[in-house]
Amino acid sequence: MQFKYSLKTAVKGLTTHKSRSSLTILGIVIGITSIILVMSLGQGAQNLILSQIKGLGATTVTIIPGKISFGPSTAANTLNDSLKEKDLNLLKNRANVPHAKYVMPMVIGSANAVNGNQIYQTAIFGSGEFIPEIFNIIPDRGYFFTGDDVKSRATVVVIGNKVKNRLFNGDEAVGQKIRIKNNIYKIVGVLPEKGASSSFDDSIFMPYTTAQQYILGTKFYSRIVVDVDSEANIASSVEDIKITLRNSHNITDPDKDDFTVTTAADISKTLGTITDALTAFLVAVAAISLVVGGIGIMNIMLVSVTERTKEIGLRKALGATDKDILTQFLLEATILTATGGVIGILLGSLLSFLISLILRNTLGLDWQFIFPWGGAVLGIVVSGMIGLIFGIYPARQASKKSPMEALRYE
Amino acid sequence: MPLIETKKLWKVYNEDGTKTEALRGVTLDIKKGEFVAIMGPSGSGKSTLIQILGLLDNHTDGSYIFADKDINNYNQNEIANMRNEKMGFVFQAFNLLPRSTVLDNVKLPLTYSQIPESEWEQMAQDALVAVGLSHRMYHDATQLSGGEKQRVAIARALVNRPEVIFADEPTGNLDSKSGQAVIEIIQKLHKEKGHTIILITHETYTAEYAERIIKLYDGRIESDVKVEQRREGNFIK
Repeated sequence: MQFKYSLKTAVKGLTTHKSRSSLTILGIVIGITSIILVMSLGQGAQNLILSQIKGLGATTVTIIPGKISFGPSTAANTLNDSLKEKDLNLLKNRANVPHAKYVMPMVIGSANAVNGNQIYQTAIFGSGEFIPEIFNIIPDRGYFFTGDDVKSRATVVVIGNKVKNRLFNGDEAVGQKIRIKNNIYKIVGVLPEKGASSSFDDSIFMPYTTAQQYILGTKFYSRIVVDVDSEANIASSVEDIKITLRNSHNITDPDKDDFTVTTAADISKTLGTITDALTAFLVAVAAISLVVGGIGIMNIMLVSVTERTKEIGLRKALGATDKDILTQFLLEATILTATGGVIGILLGSLLSFLISLILRNTLGLDWQFIFPWGGAVLGIVVSGMIGLIFGIYPARQASKKSPMEALRYE
Repeated sequence: MPLIETKKLWKVYNEDGTKTEALRGVTLDIKKGEFVAIMGPSGSGKSTLIQILGLLDNHTDGSYIFADKDINNYNQNEIANMRNEKMGFVFQAFNLLPRSTVLDNVKLPLTYSQIPESEWEQMAQDALVAVGLSHRMYHDATQLSGGEKQRVAIARALVNRPEVIFADEPTGNLDSKSGQAVIEIIQKLHKEKGHTIILITHETYTAEYAERIIKLYDGRIESDVKVEQRREGNFIK
């Protein structure tokens, strides 16, 4: 029998039992829908995270005191005082790190900010004056404090949008004064809203010299941020930074570094690995439903073979070979599952699209819908394979029937 | 040279250790173009014989030569092709595909054949004309009366232009009028188109449309006689 006619026969066999066929593929539809949904959302989440990391500056290199490693002994090192003013000056020296555009220390703490009877606890970032240049965020009201403010330990702050709303409701904040610990600070700028996923909204920035003196009472830095002139120079700059700091700290063995240099690429790679692993795990869970769906297909195909014993007998009596019958029933199973796969892909993509709309509009996330092309191809191949694998047993049962016994079957 | 030649054909069913001898050494010749009726009480082996002759079942012993070919030498695929190209079947229970049109039912054997698809439609229509059902071509098989269903089955049996048509009690499920119409069509096909026809029936009245009646009893041929006074149909138009 020609393949075209086998296909026609199989489609006819399925369409005569529409409701049964659609119930049969439900398991496959659900399985493929979940896989597509998970893959699409996973990809969306990954892109969101990566774009946020890029927002932190693709050319940014961050130096953290202490060595981050995976051993148990280094927990104490994470609150290390290894980054000091001497290091800052060495890194600023162009002879040491020629491609450094900005070198800026940061200290991090938290404190209560008070305006009248409004109290709000928030993160305090002590930084240099280059926050707007490095992180690409410019106050939409007022200005960011200057290098002179840093030198003179001026009591000025730039506040995030959320802090402004908590302390001043809708009122103008620039020029107003707030109290942090025992000092009064003048607000010189307010940062624009960046959305729920940004930590800038919920922070107060002040000169690091001011923060060291009045908030933290320390001489060392929580981190030093180096902005490199171009992405191509990141790797060489990381090496320059390491060499400079090792010289400064008298370290000869790189394994004994008391600082850690990370780049945006490192962070995105780590986070990418984590989201990939999560996606793979969820896909594996969803795949279980495909197996269950496949067993459902096998079950119904067996029922169908029994029910159509007489038809099989007739076809054989009229000249159908074992192969013709096998092909017909295998095609039926494969068409069933592949149809389930296509519906699953459409449904999964639609759900993923709706979720991306909801995330964008209600949470204000910059979430992009991604159609998982890889997942779609995989979905069709996998669902077709399930039809083949789980259809083989019933199809063989059908093809092995003797024409006379099949015709006699009641 | 006979079209069908069997020598000491045996069929023994073995179910759960109980052996049943359905055929016990049947030897017969049927020539091309003959119209033979096989009769016998139930259990005489007539259905078994027609199933073996129609290659729907295997014989246990003896030889069966069809159109000069010893069936023992052929594999399942070749036998399926032989059924398709050389044989047509009419069953007591019609065995039409429900939810398919009359035309599609008649085309069914062609879909398993080597005949090019472009010829199927014309061949199926010709077969339906031959049984007087060209006006029902696009009706659903379930919309037909019993007599019409059996005529569709006859059209399906002859659409491939087979060498022989096997009819297993074709009138058994029909009222006498429809039954007569069906048997007259079969006789007409034999007469006008020269088909070889092997008919099973338990009604002497029906058997008398044939040229020769073979009577089976207990798995053996009891008698094999030429019909002296053949019944002639009026041939419905």
